[in-house]
Amino acid sequence: MEIFRSHVLICGGTGCTSSGSQTLIETFHKELEKNDLTNEVKVVKTGCFGLCEAGPIVIVYPEGAFYSHVKIEDVKRITEEHLLKGRIVKELLFKEAIEEDKIRSINEVDFYKKQKRVALKNCGVINPEEIKEYIAFDGYKALGKALTEMTREEVIDEVKKSGLRGRGGGGFPTGLKWEFTYKAKGDQKYVVCNADEGDPGAFMDRSVLEGDPHAVIEAMVIAGYAIGANQGYIYVRAEYPIAVHRLEIAINQAREYGLLGKNIFDKGFDFDLEIRLGAGAFVCGEETALLNSIEGKRGMPRPRPPFPANKGLWGKPTMLNNVETYANITKIILNGSDWFAGMGTEKSKGTKVFALGGKINNTGLVEIPMGTTLREVIYEIGGGIPNGRAFKAVQTGGPSGGCITADHLDTPIDYDNLIALGSMMGSGGMIVMDEDNCMVDIARFFLDFTVDESCGKCPPCRIGTKRMLEILNKITSGNGEMKDLDRLEKLAKNIKASALCGLGQTAPNPVLSTLRYFRHEYEAHVTEKRCPAGVCKELLAYTIDSELCKKCGICAGKCPTSCIDGVKGKEVYKIDTEKCIKCGACMEACPFNAIDKK
Amino acid sequence: MKSLEELAKIREEAIKKVDIRREREGTRIVVGMATCGIAAGARPVLMALLEEVKVRNLKDVLVNQTGCIGVCRLEPIVEVYKPGEEKVTYVNMTPEKAKEMVAQHIVNGKVIDPYTIGAIE
Amino acid sequence: MSKHILMKENFEKLDQFIVMQKDKKGALIPVLNEAQKIFGCVPIEVQKKISEGLNISLAEIYGVVTFYAQFSLVPKGEYTIGVCLGTACYVKGSQKILDRIKKEINVEVGKTSPDGKYTLEATRCIGACGLAPVITINEDVYGRLVEGDVPEILKKYE
Repeated sequence: MEIFRSHVLICGGTGCTSSGSQTLIETFHKELEKNDLTNEVKVVKTGCFGLCEAGPIVIVYPEGAFYSHVKIEDVKRITEEHLLKGRIVKELLFKEAIEEDKIRSINEVDFYKKQKRVALKNCGVINPEEIKEYIAFDGYKALGKALTEMTREEVIDEVKKSGLRGRGGGGFPTGLKWEFTYKAKGDQKYVVCNADEGDPGAFMDRSVLEGDPHAVIEAMVIAGYAIGANQGYIYVRAEYPIAVHRLEIAINQAREYGLLGKNIFDKGFDFDLEIRLGAGAFVCGEETALLNSIEGKRGMPRPRPPFPANKGLWGKPTMLNNVETYANITKIILNGSDWFAGMGTEKSKGTKVFALGGKINNTGLVEIPMGTTLREVIYEIGGGIPNGRAFKAVQTGGPSGGCITADHLDTPIDYDNLIALGSMMGSGGMIVMDEDNCMVDIARFFLDFTVDESCGKCPPCRIGTKRMLEILNKITSGNGEMKDLDRLEKLAKNIKASALCGLGQTAPNPVLSTLRYFRHEYEAHVTEKRCPAGVCKELLAYTIDSELCKKCGICAGKCPTSCIDGVKGKEVYKIDTEKCIKCGACMEACPFNAIDKK
Repeated sequence: MKSLEELAKIREEAIKKVDIRREREGTRIVVGMATCGIAAGARPVLMALLEEVKVRNLKDVLVNQTGCIGVCRLEPIVEVYKPGEEKVTYVNMTPEKAKEMVAQHIVNGKVIDPYTIGAIE
Repeated sequence: MSKHILMKENFEKLDQFIVMQKDKKGALIPVLNEAQKIFGCVPIEVQKKISEGLNISLAEIYGVVTFYAQFSLVPKGEYTIGVCLGTACYVKGSQKILDRIKKEINVEVGKTSPDGKYTLEATRCIGACGLAPVITINEDVYGRLVEGDVPEILKKYE
């Protein structure tokens, strides 16, 4: 029998793969062989550990030693010191994994301590390409329980009682969706998984698919049983090749084990799954657009009603849930709805995964109980803002959401609180911004995105968002008038009221929310023709501080338009603002930080 | 997949291979594996311990290696940490002694005094 | 320029795939994905072939091809440079990186250089937000960039 006394877990998520974890795996194999440890130490490629900032990440069990930013050169030391001699290489550990010389295991690090991993339970723990490891961690137990011990109604009831709400954006009660589709009449029904994660800055669904694909597959089979469907589709972005690859492997393994296919658990229930690739259209994250796309059409939304529960894929009753929602299902069936409903707030139960990004120290994925405050997430788990800059706002909900300011940092996070603040949960992107980010520019950025991604079916979204973008461009280029702010607001409200689908209806949110909390920044752009954060290029003026200037002339040499004058060693340099094209080359070149932009 | 029993059987088998990654509280057996320990033959001792623990299916026992314990002349050294008990240090270990130790100490709770550091010093 | 990709063997590959998918519901997009992979783009000649194979009108196929960002009508350059303009990358300054690349290779966003060497794209979030700002060049990913890193990286793809 193989006896492995130590497991080396290496993150194979997209973030860590991008920073070279595949080469690390190969190097570990080589080093282990050199030290004759191949029969004692096992190398496992896992899904995302969540703390992408520290990648590539290597965890060594049984100690749970947490190595971060591991380089190829480090592998030799970890192998010879830790794996062979049992001495943890302290200086290679994650910075917070050492406290007063005491080594803390991965679960004791601040970033993980406050988290409660339900949907991400297996991510970074199991090898996602090995169904046996999933089974070892109670995989397919929920399916067995549902099929052999529960009626279809009982399964739906359990989901309903758990209080689980859709994790993809809208927050619709999942159990109700299941019930509607169960009750809908039709000879053929479908289960669909929405894995077209499109919110820029959100990547939890990708991590679940990469790290724990069986959790989604198992939940979809359970859903199929509950609503009476025997065919499922997973619609996943083509931009996620690793996720697609692991899903394919997982589906094949599940078929091999008879967990997909005919007569599952000998209960006369058949179910099979197929992957459909998205082709790069944000709007396909909207459920009816997604259905059109699976059918092979342009991914344009359909008017609702009829809802997919009654008339979905090829006109048949169809139930769509997103990846994270499914990832919660197996745990609800196994641990019971009371356990799940015991976490969270009154109307938002369970946990939510957030993708922390932007100006924050610990970028990565965090899963927290609903009701945790933004402050806890940003400062305690996220480690605060880097480089001593001041927090300005956190953006949630992507292009459909809005910004939340420092005044509201103590708000407990749940669906309803975020909406009350003019933002929304969305799929869980959480982008932190500091004083160097211009909020008008951020609004413009999101509108630019929406205009680009608008499917063009309904005029409010197609034309309205374009007009909004034009006004924002006018403001950020210094040509705005005060009237424009009112125009923006009016237009935004009209689009919200009249667009066809959820995406159009929420597209103006970034503008409305920044207008609400950062109106003064808009006004500075319009009346003073000034960008307070120093982002909007057309409004910037570069100047040289005559006190700090050491008369070295480096800036003048770098200037592409020769608009900097001075005499080397004798006279401080000056920028001719008329000729300056605001490229910033001088500022980057100045060794004394004497150049300022305002 | 035909039944819960079939699934449970697969799970039982699979757990053995991933058990090391679960959180646990239990007995820790630590082998000194610095250069001196390895030179004195700590590797076979470690492997014997692992095998014995596996064969006896001792779930709450963790075998691990550590760095230099400090008394190089008495290597290979094995330390046993049982919850709520004093640490016991065995010295001059061999694979055979190690197996015996697992049977006597870990399973039956009887420290083999002649092998401990107290008996030698 | 698109001539050399329209080889007989490529069409044969496509035919085989169409035969496999033909009877599946909603086969068009999987077939287009495959065509994009085989030919590197989906020009009108390829669309005609698909139209015959799947018995779907050319107009409908053209509508689908032009709707999705994954499909392109013209071949891409030898190196496709994708600059992530997801939110996390954007707030960390990916616009500056994009501007710099534009300047260095003299190609506009969404365009291919006349010599067929580079295609420059502003991509949606690739999900590597922990490494923001990120660019991809074909399969290679570069993260935690500052503007000044750009020339050095581009040198590898000359």
